[in-house]
Amino acid sequence: MSLPRPTLAAVNPWLYGVALAVAGVLAVLLVVDLVRDRAAQDSHFVGLAVVELLMLVQLVGGVVALARTEREVEGAVFVSYLVTNALVPVVAAFLALAERSRVGTTILLLGVATVAGLEVRLWDVWGGGGA
Amino acid sequence: MAAVPDASPPAHPLSEGWGRALVFGYGLFAVAATGRSAVQLGMEPQKAPLAYSLSLLAAVLYLVATTCLLLGGRTGWRVAGLAVAVELVGVLSVGTLSYLATDLFPDKTVWSHFGQGYGFLPLVLPFAGLAWLRHTRPRRDREAGRDRRDRDG
Repeated sequence: MSLPRPTLAAVNPWLYGVALAVAGVLAVLLVVDLVRDRAAQDSHFVGLAVVELLMLVQLVGGVVALARTEREVEGAVFVSYLVTNALVPVVAAFLALAERSRVGTTILLLGVATVAGLEVRLWDVWGGGGA
Repeated sequence: MAAVPDASPPAHPLSEGWGRALVFGYGLFAVAATGRSAVQLGMEPQKAPLAYSLSLLAAVLYLVATTCLLLGGRTGWRVAGLAVAVELVGVLSVGTLSYLATDLFPDKTVWSHFGQGYGFLPLVLPFAGLAWLRHTRPRRDREAGRDRRDRDG
């Protein structure tokens, strides 16, 4: 009985944790913006950039780990989640910059929620093939 | 919202303001539902034909709605309305059936349990879509009609 080595995990637990935490904090801040009826603060876009950076690292790390792993991972699903998560923050930011109002804040909130949701799915897909 | 009376609708009225949030939401679900049905139909299409065809229908509806919102115009508005209406019926009936007749759905669709797996957004989206379409409904003939009624009455 050996536990899976975390260092070899495509969904690195640290990166996963940090991504979820940043997304969670961002979501709270965005809800505050929504309640106060204002456009997303500039600092929130910086937060989104951090999420994007994490997703890019995860995309590269995930593809490499997928190529090396012996596990039965649904490759197409896994990679499509990785790619989607790297694209969502960018698209959300562009749309939100075009609507600097509650609308933009809502778009960012949707984007952050999507990233968090897909992170959870990524974790499942990677672990689902049997550890 | 003060509308300019009798002005021809702007080029892309459907994809601005709250429409932009809808484009994002519908776009996300177009991708999600297309991906889901591609995986389901690609891997084992025999397993749950009904659920998988519904996934495919959902994918098409989301794609059509997103495209129409982006295109805008009178035709875009009409087709988007149709797609969103069918979507609403779909999510309500599939959502209800997935609780009542579980044997019909051996595998999930985007609409199962009112979109529970997607944060219930599939349930919210059609209502938001209909509200937005109501808000952006082409004004020309409606207002002209109302004006005429006012004059004649």
